[in-house]
Amino acid sequence: MDWLKFFRSEPKNTAALAKERLKVVVAHQRDGRSNAPAYLPKLREDILAVVRKYVQVPDTAVNVHVQREAGLEVLEMNITLPEM
Amino acid sequence: MAPARTGAWEDRNQENALAKIVVVTSGKGGVGKTTTSASFATGLAMRGHKTAVIDFDVGLRNLDLIMGCERRVVFDFVNVIQGEATLRQALIKDKQHENLYILAASQTRDKDALTADGVGRVLEEMSKEFEYIVCDSPAGIEKGAHLAMYHADEALVVTNPEVSSVRDSDRVLGLLSSKTRKAESGDGRVKEHLVLTRYNPARVAKGEMLSVDDVKEILAIPLLGVVPESQAVLTSSNAGTPVIVDKASDAGLAYDDVVARFLGEERAHRFLTAEKKGLLGRLFGP
Ligand SMILES: Nc1ncnc2c1ncn2[C@@H]1O[C@H](COP(=O)(O)OP(=O)(O)OP(=O)(O)O)[C@@H](O)[C@H]1O
Ligand SMILES: [Mg+2]
Repeated sequence: MDWLKFFRSEPKNTAALAKERLKVVVAHQRDGRSNAPAYLPKLREDILAVVRKYVQVPDTAVNVHVQREAGLEVLEMNITLPEM
Repeated sequence: MAPARTGAWEDRNQENALAKIVVVTSGKGGVGKTTTSASFATGLAMRGHKTAVIDFDVGLRNLDLIMGCERRVVFDFVNVIQGEATLRQALIKDKQHENLYILAASQTRDKDALTADGVGRVLEEMSKEFEYIVCDSPAGIEKGAHLAMYHADEALVVTNPEVSSVRDSDRVLGLLSSKTRKAESGDGRVKEHLVLTRYNPARVAKGEMLSVDDVKEILAIPLLGVVPESQAVLTSSNAGTPVIVDKASDAGLAYDDVVARFLGEERAHRFLTAEKKGLLGRLFGP
């Protein structure tokens, strides 16, 4: 056993890190779910492919949502570009 | 005491199908579905409900071992689907619990032996005889898992406090809300329950493991129970008795709470905090 480590024991909160990472993947996974139109996942794929003609982005870079507000449907899209 | 008559129950009643079908599912493998199915079904039977538990893991039969009836399997689920045996011949009556029956998975066939049509027919026949039918899903989100959840009225989503398990549970929630009979027919939705298993409060306290609140927040479904990581699970499986029978164990009591809550009883959650250890315990403990 590493005694120094035991007494120093700076707690690294990896659980908090896990939670943050999960929030991102889960939000992404939920795109196009619930009462969103069935074409959303495909639309997202297509947009991702177009973006990738110009920039290298990860799978999670494109997010699409349908928002319903006062009887109006709004397609909201987010494209996150990689840091330069 | 009769279970609450929900709308879903009455709908099934009109179709002349009486049982409530509960799938135990997770996406990720090895998180405790079979352990949970065995204890949950046994707990329902202990409370006087006539219950059947079905192993959907074709090719990797295990429920029979956990239930301690592996030497009494003559016919299995696939035999019934293919008309090689009647349901009566294939259902194994539990030796300890009056109201409990097990339907084993086939060990020799492949997954294609399960058909949507066949599963539907068998469940419909069983529905006339049982109050609860518990479906122990295989891992994954392929055919076997799909068929196990398809007819469900309610789902126990078994999750470990660990990133890949939580993500897979979220995938499964997506499937429950779209790829089930209820979703497809517009007949309400599958009622989802979170069962968090292999929970280690000491590691949660140290910030090394996702807490029950973290998982609840991410998955956003009601919590049915937390089952601690427990040595009793292994010893019970060695003996072929579901851990819920061991009322001296933390996991056994946790599963008893799960069943009670499922049946509508209010019970506080327990085993969420670590027992305090002295300095010696900390130096020499695990
Ligand atoms: N609360 C617990 N404490 C300790 N060990 C556990 C607990 N729950 C399950 N296990 C162990 O984890 C392993 C996997 O459990 P189980 O077979 O129930 O998982 P499963 O989800 O059915 O797996 P599969 O996906 O392969 O069907 C077993 O060895 C079991 O003893
Ligand atoms: Mg299993």
